[in-house]
Amino acid sequence: MPDPAGLELIAHELRERHPESIADTLYYRGIATLVVEPDHVLEVLSWLRDDPQQQYGFLASMHACDYLPHEPRFGLHYELLNMSRVERIHVKALLADPGEPELPEIDSCVSLFPGAGFQEREAFDMFGIVFRGHPDLRRILMPEEYEGWPQRRDFPLGGEPVLFTHNEHQMPRWYE
Amino acid sequence: MSEREPVGSVREMAMGVTVDAAAEAGLSPPDVEDGREEAVLTINFGPHHPATHGVLRLLVELEGEVVHDVKPYVGYVHTGIEKNCEDKSYWKVIPLVERMDYLSYYFNALAYCMSVERLLDEEVPARAQYLRVIHCELNRIHSHLVWLGTSALDLGAISILWYCFRERDKVLDLFEASSGQRMHTRYVQVGGVVEDIPANWARKVLAFTEDMVERVGQYEAILDRNEIFLQRTKGVGIVPPERLLELGVTGPLLRAAGNPWDLRKADPYSSYDHFEFKIPIGTVGDCYDRYRVRVAEIRESCAIIRQAVEGLPEGPWITDNRKVALPPRHELATSMEALIHHFKLVTEGFRVPPGEAYAPIESPRGELGCFVVADGSAKPVRVHMRDPSFVNLQSLREMCVGGYIADMIVSLAMLDPILGGIDR
Amino acid sequence: MEIKREGADRGKAGTDPDEFRIRQIRARDLLRGDREGHDLEKHVQESVLTTTLEKALDWARSNALWPATFGLACCAIEQISLVTSRYDSARFGAEVFRASPRQADMLILSGRVSIKMAPVVRRIYDQMLEPKWVIAMGACASSTGVFNNYALVAADKFMPVDVHVPGCPPRPEALIHGILKLQRMVQGHPDLGWRTRYGAEGTEELPHPNIALSPAET
Repeated sequence: MPDPAGLELIAHELRERHPESIADTLYYRGIATLVVEPDHVLEVLSWLRDDPQQQYGFLASMHACDYLPHEPRFGLHYELLNMSRVERIHVKALLADPGEPELPEIDSCVSLFPGAGFQEREAFDMFGIVFRGHPDLRRILMPEEYEGWPQRRDFPLGGEPVLFTHNEHQMPRWYE
Repeated sequence: MSEREPVGSVREMAMGVTVDAAAEAGLSPPDVEDGREEAVLTINFGPHHPATHGVLRLLVELEGEVVHDVKPYVGYVHTGIEKNCEDKSYWKVIPLVERMDYLSYYFNALAYCMSVERLLDEEVPARAQYLRVIHCELNRIHSHLVWLGTSALDLGAISILWYCFRERDKVLDLFEASSGQRMHTRYVQVGGVVEDIPANWARKVLAFTEDMVERVGQYEAILDRNEIFLQRTKGVGIVPPERLLELGVTGPLLRAAGNPWDLRKADPYSSYDHFEFKIPIGTVGDCYDRYRVRVAEIRESCAIIRQAVEGLPEGPWITDNRKVALPPRHELATSMEALIHHFKLVTEGFRVPPGEAYAPIESPRGELGCFVVADGSAKPVRVHMRDPSFVNLQSLREMCVGGYIADMIVSLAMLDPILGGIDR
Repeated sequence: MEIKREGADRGKAGTDPDEFRIRQIRARDLLRGDREGHDLEKHVQESVLTTTLEKALDWARSNALWPATFGLACCAIEQISLVTSRYDSARFGAEVFRASPRQADMLILSGRVSIKMAPVVRRIYDQMLEPKWVIAMGACASSTGVFNNYALVAADKFMPVDVHVPGCPPRPEALIHGILKLQRMVQGHPDLGWRTRYGAEGTEELPHPNIALSPAET
C-alpha cells in the first residue's frame, strides 16, 4: 500500500496532469483510496497503469456499491495492484443517479484492462450502471429479459414470507 | 442442399456434448459453393452437461471440429448471495458467503473475516491463525482433489475419480472432527476460529499428510507419463502470461504460464510467512502444466500443514475482545458483562465503524478478495466477493479459439471454474 | 408283473367320489368365490396376473433407478461423493448416472435452482420418459434454503417432487435415506408421514376462531 504521504504525492501529480480529476484522498486501515471524478476515470487509470513510477498494471477487482441514501448514490471501485512492489491502490468514482428511466453512465475501462469485461457487465446487471464503450454490455447473471437492478438498495430482497403461527393470519387458509 | 446432421447424433455422443433441444441449437444452413459446402455450426453446450463443472453454458461456433468462437453464458446458479448478506448481521453472513465458491468454503469465509477484521482493526491470536492456515490448506487439497477427479473423468481416466474422492472423504472426516460439518463448516469466524481442535486431531492430520503425499505420488505415476493424457493436454490451451495478466487471471493458471505470483508469498496473511514452502510454476502454460502445478501444490500444502501442526502455538483460538467474539460459556454464569455481551452479540451482532476494506487471499483458483462496506451499524452495506473463477473464465475464449472441440473440454477442465463462485 | 401303488386303487375307501367332489367345490370357491362369467374374468385379470406383474415391475424399477445428474451447486459435490467408493450408490441400484435425461429414471436436483435455470430444469424433466421420479436434494432445492430471495425458486413450484432430502448439504447417507424412501414409494408401500407415525394428528397449525392472532383482531 502506498503510505499516506505516497498517496498524497500520487494525488498531487494527478492534479497537475488532469486538474479536476481527483476529488479526495482517503487512507483508512492501511488502504489508500483515491476518489476520482467519474468523467476522468479513464485518464487516472491509464496514468496509474502506464506511468513508470506507478505501474499499477493489474486490475484485481472492479465492483460497484449503492450508497443510498447518501448522494452521489453509486460508487465504482477499482482495485489496482502493482505486482513488483506488491502495492495496492483503490480508486473510487462516485456516480449520481439521474433518476428513472435514465441510467448512470461512466466510461468503460475494458480498453485498459480487458479483465474488466465480465465485471462491468456484472455492475450493469446488478446496479444499472452503463459503461460507455463496452463491447458487449448485457446482463450476465440475471436472465436477459429481467427488469430491475437487483442489488440496488431500493430493490426488494424478494423471496417468500416464512409462515409462523404469528403471521399465518396474513395468509389465511394457506394449507389449502 | 445435403442432409443436415440430426441433432442428437453420433457426433454429440462422442464429444459428450448435450444439446438442449433442437430449437436451442441453431443449425445454420450450409453455404453451397462450387458443390462444396461450408457450415459454421453453432452448438449450445447447454447448462446441463455431463462434464460436471457446474451449470455453465457455452455457445460454441464450430467449423468442422475447429472452434471459431466461444461465448460463455453464466448466471444459471445466481443466488443473490451478496444481496442476502446486506440483510444479516456480520457473523450471520459467514454461512452465506461460504456457499459462493462451494469447493473452497474456508477461503470464502477467511476472505470475508479478514476484511471485517481489517475494518474492526482486530488482532487475530497466533493459534487461530495457525488453525486457519491448517484448515485452509486442507481445503486447498480437497479442492484440488475434486478438480483432479472430475477433470480426469472428463478426459476418460475414470479410476482417478474414485481414488481422489477416497482421499477427499478422508479430508472431510478431518473437517467433521474439528467442526462437526463436512462442507460449509463456518469454522472461520471474525476474530479467529469458532472452537479449538479436538484432542487427537493433530495426530490424525499428520497421518493424513503422510498418506496424502504417498497417494499424490501414485496419481502422478498413473497420469504424468500416460500417453493418452499427454496427447490430450500437451500444447493445448496456451495463453501467454502477459495476456493472462491483462485479463486479470491469477492462481494456478498464471503460475503454470510461468509467473510466480502467489499471495501467500507475495503479501503474506495469517502467518503464512512462518512456513517454508515452494511455489510450483510451469514453463509453457498449456493444460499439462496446469495439471502439474496443481498436483505439486497438493504436495506443498501437505508440507505447510505439517509445519503448522508441529508448530501450533498455545493460546486462545478467538480474540479476547468480547465486543466481537462470544464469551466462553462458563463465564456466563459468573460475570454480568459477559452475559450482556453475549446477549448483544447474539441478538444484534457487533457494530463495525464506517469504512470500506478489501482483503485478498490466495484460494485454490486464484485471488479471492472480499470487499466489505460498513456504515457503523450491525449489518454490512455491501459484501462483494471478487471471485477468481469469474475473472478466469474470460480467458477460456483465448484458450479454445483455433483448437479442436475436444481440446475445449480439456481447457475447461484445467481452468477449474466453479460456477457457484462465478454466479454468486 | 404287478406294480403295486399306494392308494391308486379305485373303489377303495380313500378315494370316495363324494369326498373328491367336495374337495373340488371347495377349491373352486377358494379361487373364485361366487363370481360368474364376466366378473370372473375381470377378477382373474386383476388379482392373479396383473397385480403380480405390476409388483414385479415396481420392484425391478425401484431397484434399478438410474439417476440423471443434475448437479447444480454444493449438493452436487456430495452427490458425486455418493457415487464414489465410500457411499456407493451402485449397491442401491443407481448403477450409472445417465447424462442424457432420456435414459434416466430419476432426477436428483442437487443444488439451488435459480430463476434462470428453472426453465432448463423443467425442460430436462419433460424430456425424461415415464415413469420418472424427482428427489429434491438439499434445502435449496426443496424450499429456497438459506437464501429466500429474488433469484431462487423452490423445485416443487414448477415440477412435481417425490422426495425432499433436507440438509445443507445433506450427507451422502441422508441422500441414501432419501433414495431408499423413494424405492419404498415406488414399490407401493410408501413411508407414513410423520404425523401418522407418531400419532400427531391435530398438531397442524390452523387459525383458531377464538384465538386472536394479532392485536388488530381483538
